[in-house]
Amino acid sequence: MSDRWVAVLSGGLSHERDVSLRSGRRLSAALRSAGVTVEEWDADASLLARLREQRPDAVVVALHGGEGEGGSVQTVLEMLDVPYVGADSHACRRAWDKPTAKTELVRAGLATPEWVVLPHATFRELGAQPVLTAMVDRLGLPLMLKPEQGGSALGAQVVRDAADLPAAMVGCLAYSETVLAERFVAGVEVAVTVIDGPDGPEALPAVEIVPERGVYDYTARYTAGLTTFHTPARLDAQSAAAVADLAVAAHRLLGLRDVSRTDAIVAPDGTVYFLEVNSSPGLTETSLLPMAIEVAGRSLGDIYAGLIERAVDRAR
Amino acid sequence: MTSVGPPPDRPGNRSLDPHLRRYAARAAGMTASEVRALFAVASRPEVVSLAGGMPNLTALPLDSLSGEIADLVRADGLVALQYGSAHGLPELRDQICEVMALEGVRGHPDDVVVTVGSQMALDMVTRIFCDPGDVVLAEGPSYVGALGTFTAYQAGVVHVAMDEHGLVPEALREALAACTAAGKRVKFLYTIPNFHNPAGVTLSVPRRAEVLEICARHGVLIVEDNPYGLLGFDGQTYPALRSMDPDNVVYLGSFSKTFAAGLRVGWALAPHAVREKLMLAAESATLCPPTLNQMIVSRYLATHDWRGQIKSFQLAYRDRRDAMIAALEQYLPKGCSWTVPDGGFFVWLTVPAGVDTKAMLPRAVTARVAYVSGTGFYADGLGSRQMRLSFCYPTPERITEGVRRLAAVLSDELELAATFGPVSLRPGSGPQVPSPDTA
Repeated sequence: MSDRWVAVLSGGLSHERDVSLRSGRRLSAALRSAGVTVEEWDADASLLARLREQRPDAVVVALHGGEGEGGSVQTVLEMLDVPYVGADSHACRRAWDKPTAKTELVRAGLATPEWVVLPHATFRELGAQPVLTAMVDRLGLPLMLKPEQGGSALGAQVVRDAADLPAAMVGCLAYSETVLAERFVAGVEVAVTVIDGPDGPEALPAVEIVPERGVYDYTARYTAGLTTFHTPARLDAQSAAAVADLAVAAHRLLGLRDVSRTDAIVAPDGTVYFLEVNSSPGLTETSLLPMAIEVAGRSLGDIYAGLIERAVDRAR
Repeated sequence: MTSVGPPPDRPGNRSLDPHLRRYAARAAGMTASEVRALFAVASRPEVVSLAGGMPNLTALPLDSLSGEIADLVRADGLVALQYGSAHGLPELRDQICEVMALEGVRGHPDDVVVTVGSQMALDMVTRIFCDPGDVVLAEGPSYVGALGTFTAYQAGVVHVAMDEHGLVPEALREALAACTAAGKRVKFLYTIPNFHNPAGVTLSVPRRAEVLEICARHGVLIVEDNPYGLLGFDGQTYPALRSMDPDNVVYLGSFSKTFAAGLRVGWALAPHAVREKLMLAAESATLCPPTLNQMIVSRYLATHDWRGQIKSFQLAYRDRRDAMIAALEQYLPKGCSWTVPDGGFFVWLTVPAGVDTKAMLPRAVTARVAYVSGTGFYADGLGSRQMRLSFCYPTPERITEGVRRLAAVLSDELELAATFGPVSLRPGSGPQVPSPDTA
């Protein structure tokens, strides 16, 4: 039993509010089962006053999207000296910005699909068609379009035909002023959770993702039954070790803390490609992190209760 | 149904839904939706929501109502908290006939079936008339809750064009001819003649007779959905279709917009034989409508100036409509057009070519304004250049601010369209409209 009381932050104003609220509810229930006293707070105009007046032992950030993953809430918590679970504001920013994270990993010699980053202004000023043509010439088809920052696959699309690119660009730019276009890599899609423990970051067994309709989009992520998950992933020992190493490397290189989830692809030739890393991973009923914890034979509540103790210790 | 989906769960292989193979085909579209998730943000006060259709209840006399409700439970609790008849309380059915008389409907209380909102009446009507593959004609655009019901019963929807005078009779003739030529069986025309949701237009009186005549000639029943008929901003009413042809019209009414949506009390007025089937269908769905809620509505109608209350709703909604139209005129970029409703809750906005209102929604939410893309109101993928704007819930000041934000978003989107050319997004899966409790 724990005598801690914590505030779980969820909701917020990002496009992922709904997902975050579900993450917050599930995490809160798990923490209560582990004996932690929990209040669920929305990240709204009352947050600072509540933090000052009520001074929880720690805050657990279950916000997704820019507020929770982009470092802004963490900055506020740092200003108020409130202990919190998760990466600090600087690391959050590095992980949240996909091109920054990819660049860090490439510098360390790790593989990630080739990419280009282009703001809307470039297309406007240079003309959309020539820029799109150059993009296809460079990356080939199919290619992957994603908002430069964002989660839950919102605005992300696999583009198989150049004729579909303008519409995909518009859909993507609705979520972010800048797009990240990646060479599409086919292979086994996996997610690897990393938890900080007494001996450093530890990768949990990889979860393999097989979406029913071929694409792990928002609907496939949050409709139970539309995706089959293999826990652990059906990888040979060498690949399983490689994805675990990649996830731990990403966690360390980006300065992440407590918990992270790295998404990766294992290509048929065995190469492991880093896609992105999440500093505030989803905790919903269909999310990947709770599955990894379960297959590792551990409990979500106990793990987060342990992370809360780490956060409190850090503040001492 | 052909079985789909992954193999059953076994250790290490999980679909997270062990019932996946068991669902009926009609559940196929019941999936998480990116668009619907965005509406979760609309519930935050920072966002001006022009998306939902929640009635504005601030003018209701809550003090006197709470006294009446307490008295009801105290004096008649053993009745109010007991099962009732599927038909509905007799005194309420009498009063419903009084309400309908305001729009020229002469119905007998025996032919009224009280339902859990008119949405349930619509569900019952569809259940007793539609087999899978049957066709329902509906205005294009049409009420999303109706489209959802028709889809749930696996009926096809064929839209009939509208203009500023409502449903176009010639388009109705053409739709019927096309269905006949294609060997499709049309079961009924679903229509919202007054202050249409989402289009905001009203079927002109001359067209009413024409629509009735066309349907009678083709042997097609009319389902008249009239939740907004008493909310004309100048107190004006129009003759209900049912008042002009009692034998071929099933009339759906509701207290949700004229009193309290949360009580979920609506009704159907149907020809005798249809009414019998509706009652049996209702009985199997809910056994009976909530007795307490019926008694609350009945007591309210008996003890309050409900006509005066409707008048105050009309004035409040007119102020909001005025604020929205003024803001649209002031802020929207060239190339936009919109309907100017003389009653109800909604304005139907058409944006310049090249802008896809569904694609634009995330950008709007980022700018703290929400609307519903027109695509939600069509069963056939149309509506990407339209959106529904609700003026019923926010204050006039918030409406003005919301439209100002929307205009800025539209300008950005026009720039995007200029960059990439006109685009059309893939049809999305899952519900594309907010849940009913979204403001």
